[in-house]
Amino acid sequence: MREFSVKNYLRSGLKLPFCPGCGAYTIIDCFLKAVFNLGYNDLRKFVFCSGIGCSAWIPSPYFNADSIHTPHGRAIPVATAVKLIRPELNVVVFGGDGDIAGIGGNHLIHAARRNVDITVIMVNNMVYGMTGGQVAPTTPLGYKTTTTPKGCFEYPIDAVKLVSVLGASYAARWTTAHKKELIKAFEEAIESKGFSFVEVISQCPTNFGRRINLRGSAEMLKWFKENSVSLEEAEKLGWDKVEGKFVVGVFARKRRPTLAENMRRAASVG
Amino acid sequence: MALTEVKFIQGNRACVEGAIKAGCRFFAGYPITPANEISEHMAKMLPEAGGIFIQMEDEIASVMAIVGASWAGVKSMTATSGPGFSLMQEGIGYAFMTETPCVIADIQRLGPSTGQATKCGQGDVMQSRWGTHGDYASIVLSPNSPQEMFELTVKAFNLAEEYRTPVILLADEVVAHMREDVAIPEEVEVVERRRPKLGEEMFFGGEEIPPMPRVGDGFNVPVTGSTHDERGIRFTRDPQVHRRLVTRLVGKILRNTSKIADYETYRIDDCDVGIICYGCTSHTVYECVKIAEESGIKIGYVRLRTIWPMLEKPIIELAETVKAVIVPELNLGQLRYEIERITRGRANVYSLNKIGGGEMITPEELLHKIKEVIGR
Repeated sequence: MREFSVKNYLRSGLKLPFCPGCGAYTIIDCFLKAVFNLGYNDLRKFVFCSGIGCSAWIPSPYFNADSIHTPHGRAIPVATAVKLIRPELNVVVFGGDGDIAGIGGNHLIHAARRNVDITVIMVNNMVYGMTGGQVAPTTPLGYKTTTTPKGCFEYPIDAVKLVSVLGASYAARWTTAHKKELIKAFEEAIESKGFSFVEVISQCPTNFGRRINLRGSAEMLKWFKENSVSLEEAEKLGWDKVEGKFVVGVFARKRRPTLAENMRRAASVG
Repeated sequence: MALTEVKFIQGNRACVEGAIKAGCRFFAGYPITPANEISEHMAKMLPEAGGIFIQMEDEIASVMAIVGASWAGVKSMTATSGPGFSLMQEGIGYAFMTETPCVIADIQRLGPSTGQATKCGQGDVMQSRWGTHGDYASIVLSPNSPQEMFELTVKAFNLAEEYRTPVILLADEVVAHMREDVAIPEEVEVVERRRPKLGEEMFFGGEEIPPMPRVGDGFNVPVTGSTHDERGIRFTRDPQVHRRLVTRLVGKILRNTSKIADYETYRIDDCDVGIICYGCTSHTVYECVKIAEESGIKIGYVRLRTIWPMLEKPIIELAETVKAVIVPELNLGQLRYEIERITRGRANVYSLNKIGGGEMITPEELLHKIKEVIGR
């Protein structure tokens, strides 16, 4: 009888570095549960790539696996090359919203467009947490951060919609208050052929919560739960009616040829 | 006896031939003049050789893709020019810190910025040495002909594997687009990557150049550009871990300078004036040797095939023979500072510089400068 324990997948002798109440703990738990559910007893068939930021530390070096911890924003091109050369491996990118949608945004766009068979997990805490809580491309309009002391004056990026439009094979968004759905989404993302993307709205009580009067992870999770709207509902109501809400669900699920498949096809042309 | 094929090709094509002979099986690049022919030939020839070509979204992605390819177990390269080379500096620093063998060809053009994009320049000499942030050492090769574009590309791959570090092929527009007969042997000497045995776990220390695993082979290797211990575990506070790592990374290159350095000398112990040159500018020097002899002036030169790390010995020898050393460059003076440092007053060091329009320094201009500095 197999029994799930995160310990089976973590490098021994290291202590996870995240603040108390950080969403990373939930994400690690859910991701490894998904890995377990898919039948993997270790991470030998996985390669993890990550950039810079708290979420980049989720796999590196804590997962007992190969991990490539790159400069800020650069995990996706590394993952692209690794997957092209070692197609038998599951290549998974972990990154924060700044890493993936900010500085790495161009790489995200082109990985989705190419439909390269990798999984990107974007942990969206809506700020640059590691550097103290500066405004991010995902910060909701009006919210205070250390660099928007009177409130954010930009619209946030919707990365899930973006990659869906670009042709991602799988794209979903959930929050850390949706553990069951998150596990399912990770399973589907790992299993799907082509570019798969999971955005996890996650709490940073240390550098975001306390500045927006949500003083702990419980309050932030309550905020997520009470403000989540399903994709179906959002489409029924109209997107303008759900501005400022967390629209959750599966945004894309389709099969189209991957980058490697298209490369092989092109190479076989006489 | 292996056959040698002779092809009348340009430097950029010769670079591709060399890369494939050396075992390159992954190329990622972004369009830029005057390096495009490398990408274009790679796109055709690499899949035929069982390799992968991909055009990435920018140079940042290109250099990171070749880093990923290298960790996936494949020899890899990219090619660019000044503006793209600037964008790649982040990835070059990462490759240095993570000891990732890979080759970056910089086909120099006229900067700064977009400058004169199609014209030749030699303005990236210092960028190739100091372009990324922090302490590091680089290996930079400088070909001066299509034949050397072939040979030094092979050598770049071999040095990358031997020293587990990124190697820069610092060519220039003239050498890249020059055409000549290039001898391509059927087989070349190729250095293969030293792989660890199962159970080993010291991939970032413990010896000067540790073995490098592939991802996916069960080594559970953590690769990081942050300071790390011998096993790759991040240590971002301990001063000793940082000193040990970076001192070794720099030392493994600088301590082996005499093995890495490659240069051509001509009468350095019997001449009236010394020249230090590299790349396309060396052709000016070759021509000048002939016309100077007609004026009764003996030129001695050191032509650098390896710019970094630079072996001081031949330069000191030359400086001890002559009163004046001239450094002709298609920039406003870059290598001359290093030559001044090395010669330390043994001879006067003069620059001969030219920038703009891709114009070469002519042999007559060099001879004029020689006469000026030696008072004839």
